[in-house]
Amino acid sequence: MTTLHLKSRRRFLKNMGFISVGFSLLGSCLEVEDPSMATRMDFEGKLPGSMGHAKTVNAWLEILEDGNIRVLSGKVELGQGIRTAIQQVAAEELDMDLEKVLVHLAETGRTPNEGYTGASASIQNSAMSVRYAAATARQELLALASKKLNTPIDDLLLYNGIIKSKQSRKSLTFAEILEGEQIEKEVMLPIPIKDYREHRYVGKSIPRPDIGEMVRGQPTYIQDLRFPGMVHARVVRPSGYESKLVSMNGTGLIDEVSGVLKTVVKGSFVGVIAEREHQAIQASQYLKNNSEWTSAKPFPESESLYDYIKGMANAPETVKNEGDVAKAINSVETVKSIFTKPYIKHASLGPACGIAMFNGDVLHIWSHSQGIYPLREGLATMLNMDPDKIHITSVPGAGCFGHSTADDAATDAALLALEYPGKHLRVQWSRQDEHIWDPYGPAMITEIEASLDENHKINSWNVEVWTDSHSTRPNRDAGTLLAARYLEPPIQMKSRGYLGGGHRNADPYYTIPNLRVNAHYYNGPFRVSSLRSLGSFANIFAVESFMDVMADKAGQDPLEFRLNHLEDERAIAVIQKVQALTSAQNKEDGEGIGYAFMRYKNTDAYIAVAAKVTVDKNNGNVGLIKMWAAVDVGEVINMDGLTNQIEGGMIQAASWTLKEEVTFNTTEITSTDWIKYPILKFSEVPEVEVTIINRPSENAKGAGEVPVPPTAAAIANAIYNASGFRINDLPITPEKILKS
Amino acid sequence: MPTYHLNVNGSQKMVETEADTPLLYVLRDYLELNGPKFGCGLAQCGSCHILINGNVATSCTLPIASIGEAEITTLEGLASGNEKLHKVQQAFLDEQAAQCGYCLNGMVITTVGLLNKNPNPTDVEIRNALQGNLCRCGTHSRIIRAIKTAAKNL
Repeated sequence: MTTLHLKSRRRFLKNMGFISVGFSLLGSCLEVEDPSMATRMDFEGKLPGSMGHAKTVNAWLEILEDGNIRVLSGKVELGQGIRTAIQQVAAEELDMDLEKVLVHLAETGRTPNEGYTGASASIQNSAMSVRYAAATARQELLALASKKLNTPIDDLLLYNGIIKSKQSRKSLTFAEILEGEQIEKEVMLPIPIKDYREHRYVGKSIPRPDIGEMVRGQPTYIQDLRFPGMVHARVVRPSGYESKLVSMNGTGLIDEVSGVLKTVVKGSFVGVIAEREHQAIQASQYLKNNSEWTSAKPFPESESLYDYIKGMANAPETVKNEGDVAKAINSVETVKSIFTKPYIKHASLGPACGIAMFNGDVLHIWSHSQGIYPLREGLATMLNMDPDKIHITSVPGAGCFGHSTADDAATDAALLALEYPGKHLRVQWSRQDEHIWDPYGPAMITEIEASLDENHKINSWNVEVWTDSHSTRPNRDAGTLLAARYLEPPIQMKSRGYLGGGHRNADPYYTIPNLRVNAHYYNGPFRVSSLRSLGSFANIFAVESFMDVMADKAGQDPLEFRLNHLEDERAIAVIQKVQALTSAQNKEDGEGIGYAFMRYKNTDAYIAVAAKVTVDKNNGNVGLIKMWAAVDVGEVINMDGLTNQIEGGMIQAASWTLKEEVTFNTTEITSTDWIKYPILKFSEVPEVEVTIINRPSENAKGAGEVPVPPTAAAIANAIYNASGFRINDLPITPEKILKS
Repeated sequence: MPTYHLNVNGSQKMVETEADTPLLYVLRDYLELNGPKFGCGLAQCGSCHILINGNVATSCTLPIASIGEAEITTLEGLASGNEKLHKVQQAFLDEQAAQCGYCLNGMVITTVGLLNKNPNPTDVEIRNALQGNLCRCGTHSRIIRAIKTAAKNL
């Protein structure tokens, strides 16, 4: 192995004062002028968690014979643009044209196992793993080329898939250097990575290539996948969570619906397979109408949901305790508020879809799951199969914003394909099943009690959070898969899932001497799982609404009050930015502006949001005029991609805040379509303006969930500012405003 | 089973299916088009929008038997030739007006329908025209910008 003398080489390059040039210009002038190599700095920090099981370069990156490279990532594309971000970092480190970097996402047995795509963690895990693997690949290619060309590394130029000697002018392609091998070297610190000041792609607004395919109607989604001879299936879901099939009379089905190929009944799991999709729909409706199910356990009265939750919760667990809250609260006058958030749906625009084919040996599955490896584990347990005999390929679906129904549709397809081998079998969920069987974001209660000291600063802050699990994502516990619960024998979920997400961001980022968070976990009546930002949405709605209450109490401007409780410069900067963005706003009668701040998970991205609203006191209607965000995610990978995520997250969260709530009566879920579960429409959408504070020398953090939590509080604070009405019970509907 | 002759994107297609089959399933499942999307099957979300004689229509609830000789245009039929995009498609691309993009078919088709009738819509007219199109990712502000760009370039 050649020693690279990186530090001396870097110094040499710096001393020469080379400036990086755009490589795309080089093709025409290669013979006259060599490109300069960008400066590199040693990365000596922590390697991403994703590299724990995928330590070698070739786990992340392959050199292809045709001059391209292929990057492998275990994350999935959800419309968040991760494919482009990964392409950018790889092209950057290897000084390649973007189009020469192909990205292969999530396929079992092929890409690294990166668990789930969620928690706004794909940039810091997957993209950073690819960065370090690509930088290590570069180092290794230079070392090998140095030997082959018999010249020192200092004499070599690496760009666009070739390495060239400045002196001899001889060059080798990456493929010629490797001679059919891949780079099996382990990625180890220190790693020389490109100085951000010389980035060509990273930090820029690189358009997403998949949008070009979308506008042309080219096959993009799992719903667009077609295989020769593919058959279509639908599942007849029970009438309630615990319902069991009593009887089904399918004798007239063949006469009633043409193209029916097979009806599958396994315990209370019922599926029907047909030649065409519409035939499968009609057949499933026929079977639904001709089947009898036991009734399910009654739901609580929806009016008393929050009392019901409190009544069933476990004894509280103290998850944070600093100073002496009990003592501080007992000694002074306190302020107390109760905030509530209902069950909310993922409500993906495209209902779930799954495709499977069993060839007698291997079960092939195509899914828009956010975690194909964990899904494989769950399926292997449910089907009692060797995981190596299950092969899952990730294909994009419609945006789902957490653990929705993708895995369940894949499970349906797997069960049915095993009963109909040799054919590709496609299961498409209906809108109603999507709305009813979705694992909802759980209802939450956040109670805050706090006091001020004599200097009008917060002295004590106590939070009580009532929360269900925030992740029941698939894993080897097969009961995480919906269909497994209806097989014979049924497989019920053994674990409670991830409870910790419920108190995320319940502890404010502000400096407070006496602070305590108690978590009350409950195991509620509805199927739940992770929804964008988990408990942070309810908790930041509470914390940031309450900060305005405390600012009032202290007689201070809400933003100044927040700034008085912050020491972190980056936190202060986003608040000051949003303050500046809104400073020129005039407020007409009935209009108000509200603000909210968050550092996501108290360790990741910073955001301050402002909302300007108008409140009509006669009918309680709230009009969203405009929303602003100032965001700091550290190093920005794709500027427009990030902006798009923030804009969209604010609008989605505005919809949750003003409109969304799972409705039910004691016997059934009643919000079964878009009329009964309305989301924000074009006439209601505010103008949005996003400002990014790019800090390329700071670690890159994810952004997908970041705009969601502060949006609700900014709107609630704006409504208060406009009308004097403070609504602590989401969603903020005209009825609640009129009642105030 | 009855046979239907459809005029889709400028060519004649023959389909044999039940009379009540909604046009969406004919376009996707029989004619293998990808533009119109299944979103609800209830005419509530706009994902399945197509143009019928230049007017926006909801294909998920429209039985094939009701179509007759009408000219059906899907997203695939907007571009002239293989290369050049329709001005509306180009504007959505230029403005990167998508996240997951599942609603994009409906947004583009509805915009073409709007601009066919009103080549210079106001902000309010744009929002009204798209009232039946849902977007879950929250890309509305980019979509409005794309429509304004398209109107300018038409």
